[in-house]
Amino acid sequence: MAEITYVEPSGNAVTVAVPDGWSLMQGATSNGVDGIIGECGGSCACATCHCYVDHDRLADLPAPAENELAMLQTAAAPVRPNSRLACQLKASPALDGLVLTLPETQE
Amino acid sequence: MSAPSPQPQAWQAPGDLRTVVVVGAGQAGVQVAESLRSLGFDGQITLLGAEPYGPYHRPPLSKDWLTGAIEAGQLVLRSPEALQRKGIQLRTGAQVVALRPDRRELELADGEVLGYDGLALATGARPRRLSLPGADAPGIAVLRTRDDATAVAEGLDRCVATGRPLVVVGGGFVGLEVAAAARHRGIAVTVLEAQPRLLARALAEPLSDWYAGLHAGHGVELLLGTGVAGFESAGGAATGVRITDGRVLPAGMVLLGVGADPDDALARAAGLDCERGIVVDDCGRTSAPAVVAAGDCTVTRLADGTVRRLESVQNAVEQGKAAAAALLGLERPFTGVPWFWSRQYDVQLQLAGLADRADRWELSGDLNAPSFTLYGFRDAELVCAQSVNAPSDHLEARRTLAGAAPARPGPRRPESPHPAPLPA
Repeated sequence: MAEITYVEPSGNAVTVAVPDGWSLMQGATSNGVDGIIGECGGSCACATCHCYVDHDRLADLPAPAENELAMLQTAAAPVRPNSRLACQLKASPALDGLVLTLPETQE
Repeated sequence: MSAPSPQPQAWQAPGDLRTVVVVGAGQAGVQVAESLRSLGFDGQITLLGAEPYGPYHRPPLSKDWLTGAIEAGQLVLRSPEALQRKGIQLRTGAQVVALRPDRRELELADGEVLGYDGLALATGARPRRLSLPGADAPGIAVLRTRDDATAVAEGLDRCVATGRPLVVVGGGFVGLEVAAAARHRGIAVTVLEAQPRLLARALAEPLSDWYAGLHAGHGVELLLGTGVAGFESAGGAATGVRITDGRVLPAGMVLLGVGADPDDALARAAGLDCERGIVVDDCGRTSAPAVVAAGDCTVTRLADGTVRRLESVQNAVEQGKAAAAALLGLERPFTGVPWFWSRQYDVQLQLAGLADRADRWELSGDLNAPSFTLYGFRDAELVCAQSVNAPSDHLEARRTLAGAAPARPGPRRPESPHPAPLPA
């Protein structure tokens, strides 16, 4: 279980308890968080779950795989060094307290 | 008999929209409901789902759900609480039995009548069955709903327990994804396909052949150009598939993956224009005032009078947005580039555009490499791209197809080898 805070494009922050093993995209979409779509259902095929990770927590995350990096380049909002696809981040106690900021647009 | 095409000028948005009922709580239905809210509608929204479950993701049902990689909670598209927070009233187990568009009401199986100002139909599709001897025997499965998927998973358990093979009838996406999941569990798999190649409707021929190689390489027995004559069963379970040459293939489970038909029964009975699907315009408007439709239950009337059917998450989402806007009197047509994906083993396939328009294919990359893209052209115009493990190609092609004013038509991929011409 990890408590994840999603900052919606409006600036509204929503905190969700995401079960271990779930992707952070699933934690957001199933709870109706705005600013994240996950159109492909989490198969790393669409880049509509783009998010920005707190810089000081980047080291807690496994490095992105090649397909995530390739997919990220296709995201609608500007891609930054702390950009990730939320479908590729799996909840675990190590991620507790993580804040994800959602971009202005996903498509 | 040919029905009249929907006429947007005759279609009327509800003048005073206070109550919207959405029939169908899948991807398209949820999208209509949520888009109504995001467009500022503050009236009542009722989302009716016939199944006992709230909205869930269908794509994983033929993939991660069968391999056990995800649990039930991860199928959830929106939790009931999340919908409630948006003021969307979800009713599960609500089976609609009749629409009465002239009275702006519908009837549920228990006799309850619901009135509406605006109605959205998102009734999805029904998997095809075969009219062949023994086709209704228990143990002959289809895969569409969560309950179907649970039955398929149990069937795979039986295959593991008994050491008997899975026989998949139909070499389309669902069947091949299930075949891949079964191989993941070590189950022997035979795939029967009546056409001489896999995924014949969707893929360029070289890619069909490539997928045949992929599955054969994972130990799947492929019988192409092979018809089914009937099914054998014993003790309440399917035990085999009889093929047209008379042979019987033993089976612990049989999956029919022979396509799905739009579920337009309610709309047809209510007199809406249907042509193997509820006919809509590019804004999701049906032939009945104040009634829109979205997703797998629809076919879209094109400018030339023909209808086009798309079965995809993207279509459900985009038509859902358009349909919600139409109910509010707005024109937000869905005219985007169709796209689709399939994951089998560790291979990600992404399709952009429509393959049936292509008369010539070019390969970018190497069919023996881990990633490549086939581009389809009609004359000099790029009409589709089929990418294997090449998401950048896919997205670039989508942009080009969307008319992002390319300097020249067609793909540019300077880092890869020159495209090699392929036979048409």
